[in-house]
Amino acid sequence: MNELQAYLLISSLLFCVGLAGVLTRRNAILVLVGIELMLNAANLNFIAFWSFSPNAAAVDGILFVIFSIAIAAAEAAVGLALIIAIYRHYKSVNVDDVKGLKG
Amino acid sequence: MDLTLFIIGVLTVASAIAAMSLRNLIHCVLALALSFLGVAVLFLRLGAEFVGFAQILVYIGAVAILIVFAILLTRSGGEEPKPFFNVQWWYGLAVSVAVFGCLSFAILGGGAVQPGAPMANTTSVKQIGTELMTHYVLPLEVMGVLLTAAMLGAVVIAWQKGERK
Repeated sequence: MNELQAYLLISSLLFCVGLAGVLTRRNAILVLVGIELMLNAANLNFIAFWSFSPNAAAVDGILFVIFSIAIAAAEAAVGLALIIAIYRHYKSVNVDDVKGLKG
Repeated sequence: MDLTLFIIGVLTVASAIAAMSLRNLIHCVLALALSFLGVAVLFLRLGAEFVGFAQILVYIGAVAILIVFAILLTRSGGEEPKPFFNVQWWYGLAVSVAVFGCLSFAILGGGAVQPGAPMANTTSVKQIGTELMTHYVLPLEVMGVLLTAAMLGAVVIAWQKGERK
């Protein structure tokens, strides 16, 4: 197992831990924590492939990750604002309690 | 795979598992910050210094703090009432184990993962800045608009109308 495969395994482990958290935890904030873990795993993937690529002068990998970090930060802010607004209305952040759209 | 990479990888994944499985939410966020730090160290190890420090600044310095504030504002700071896992939690666990199985099969067994010369790059921040200003100026401006819109949207959504207790 070469070094690139080691980095990819670490990033896929991070991704699957985040995925497990999103699918199992009931608190909306922890779902967001899981999403941030998945985004981090994808960024790690990008940088790993950039680092081991033969064309080292291309900074596309780094720029992709920079934009990804910025988008993830903006999405975390908006998501948490939504959670705060939902808490004010439902008095709970449990995802099972927010079922206003349930048929 | 050498020892430092193994130790950093184990630390990152272990703190990610702790972030998703602890009961107290504040402990979860602290473990998440540790996981972010582990990923930043991996970025530095791969030779992407700017991204590594940007990761520390943005994720640990902003996103983790933001999550802590959201926890405090929604009064979820203590332990969650039992049961805090979904009733069918093992479905989610089985799905993520299956996803990890597929990914690791693709990584280890495929044979298409042939790395080039490892870390032969000497990318400077000046190169990143030049690229941002010449070839990537449109995504940069769009990112500015997005961040402004996100900031305004977050303020509007969380705005407290009228009465306060």
